Amino acid sequence: MSAFIQEHGLLFGWLTVIGQILLFTVVLLLSLAFLLLMDRKVWAAVMMRKGPNVVGPFGLLQSFADFGKFLLKEIIIPAGANKTVFLLAPILSLTLAFAAWAVIPVAPGWVVADLNVGILYLFAVSSLGVYGIIMGGWASNSKYPFLGSLRSAAQMVSYEVSIGLIIITVILLVGSMNLSEIANNQSGGFWTWHLFSFNNILLFPVMVVVFVMFFISALAETNRPPFDLPEAESELVAGYQVEYSSTPYLLFMIGEYLNIVLMCSMMTLLFLGGWHGPIPFGEEFVSNFPVWMVNLGHLAWFMAKTVFFFFLFALVKAVVPRYRYDQLMRLGWKIFLPTSLAAVFLVAGYVVYAGVQA
Amino acid sequence: MELIAFYILAAIVTVSAVAVIAAKNPVHSVLWLITAFFTSAGLLVLIGAEFLAMLLVVVYVGAVAVLFLFVVMMLDVDFVELKQGTLGYWPFAALVGVAFAAEIALVTFARSAAGDEINAKPGAATNAEAIGQVMYTEYLLLFQMSGIILLVAMIGAIVLTLRHKPHVKRQNIAKQTARTRKDAIRRIDVESGKGL
Repeated sequence: MSAFIQEHGLLFGWLTVIGQILLFTVVLLLSLAFLLLMDRKVWAAVMMRKGPNVVGPFGLLQSFADFGKFLLKEIIIPAGANKTVFLLAPILSLTLAFAAWAVIPVAPGWVVADLNVGILYLFAVSSLGVYGIIMGGWASNSKYPFLGSLRSAAQMVSYEVSIGLIIITVILLVGSMNLSEIANNQSGGFWTWHLFSFNNILLFPVMVVVFVMFFISALAETNRPPFDLPEAESELVAGYQVEYSSTPYLLFMIGEYLNIVLMCSMMTLLFLGGWHGPIPFGEEFVSNFPVWMVNLGHLAWFMAKTVFFFFLFALVKAVVPRYRYDQLMRLGWKIFLPTSLAAVFLVAGYVVYAGVQA
Repeated sequence: MELIAFYILAAIVTVSAVAVIAAKNPVHSVLWLITAFFTSAGLLVLIGAEFLAMLLVVVYVGAVAVLFLFVVMMLDVDFVELKQGTLGYWPFAALVGVAFAAEIALVTFARSAAGDEINAKPGAATNAEAIGQVMYTEYLLLFQMSGIILLVAMIGAIVLTLRHKPHVKRQNIAKQTARTRKDAIRRIDVESGKGL
């Protein structure tokens, strides 16, 4: 970015960055509207229902109708609530959800900030997400939200540990924390993707296990079923969201879904080759095209993979029953933590003795 | 540009640090503390130590402060009562403050007198690389020692809180799933009017 600013002047550079941020935000929000619909449709299909099908053709405009409804309702703030913190919580969780997207490269060079410590930044920002929930639960000054937020704090802190260790395995393989470099490390077709790593065949069993653990941890980290204990409706009504209505609730919900899509794109980048197609062909042919056209193709791959993971998230929600809280903690601390530690050990040993690179 | 950013961030750190001790509500204090941590990470980015900045956010804001907030929210302490005698500690607090300020001034002046600029940017290597190169070679012993200290602290905490209660029912998943129909269900013929 700094080279770009030197080339085009400070003002133009800043305007470009702001434009990129706006573009990212608008595209994300628009695609989120349809992903929300997809979530409900998949859920409905598993239960052999039709799902939302009234607003617009196939219910395509359902999310926009919901949006309008949320905006037009009255914001109710409980009398005993801590007003500032109560309103700050949803704003914080939405802001952080968007902030994390700053370092996600959706195609070569198509990223707002190409940080050298990109993946650490992602990890840091996603670990802040818990504050929105804790603050919301506490500020509501009510029992169920408070219990929900306590549960979620414990849950997110537990699963972050294993997510961190799993990320370390990928960093070890690539030798860089830059997300673009992590994606480019898997450019040679699906056999070089970290999920399969057929080019380092000894690592194949390790990476598959690691990927499955990452997927489950991502479910727990985003409070998705079967780990949606913070908002288990049969026990806690709606957890930390009980006292929220109207726009603040909407902000919470958008933040939550943005985090889910972020996790999906993280899995895409870390394990499934990012924007690279499964079989590398036509590179020569494509090199005659303008860069933006090639990048659109990359973007399509990236989105297809991310949407696939989102589909899996939606499917899991529909088919798996909810975990009990002690089982959740047992899974996180007694199974995932040792297994991911062992994976770090194995991958580090492999990188040193088989000499991958770095 | 960097100077402006520095002063803005530094002002936010100072204000939120003051607010930590000035806030009446302990939860607000912790929230201000988090603001201070987060903004300090911004300051670290500004001097080019982005790796440390991210670690600060991950470790302090993402983990330590969460647990801190957790504890403060659960505590039912009357902080107004607790704060009544605080004015008496002013001399002591002033002493600690002066000591801190003097130490920082000493370090700064000693280094600028020696002529080396305070610079967090390590030559050509990136931040993480530079730390990785010295951490397991030059500072191996210190690194492992701090690891052992943390381990001891962790084991100590577990030992302090571990209680074996005799009549607690625990779930053994392997045992549960290994159960067959034979050891779970028994058929009893109950004669009418007799009961079991």
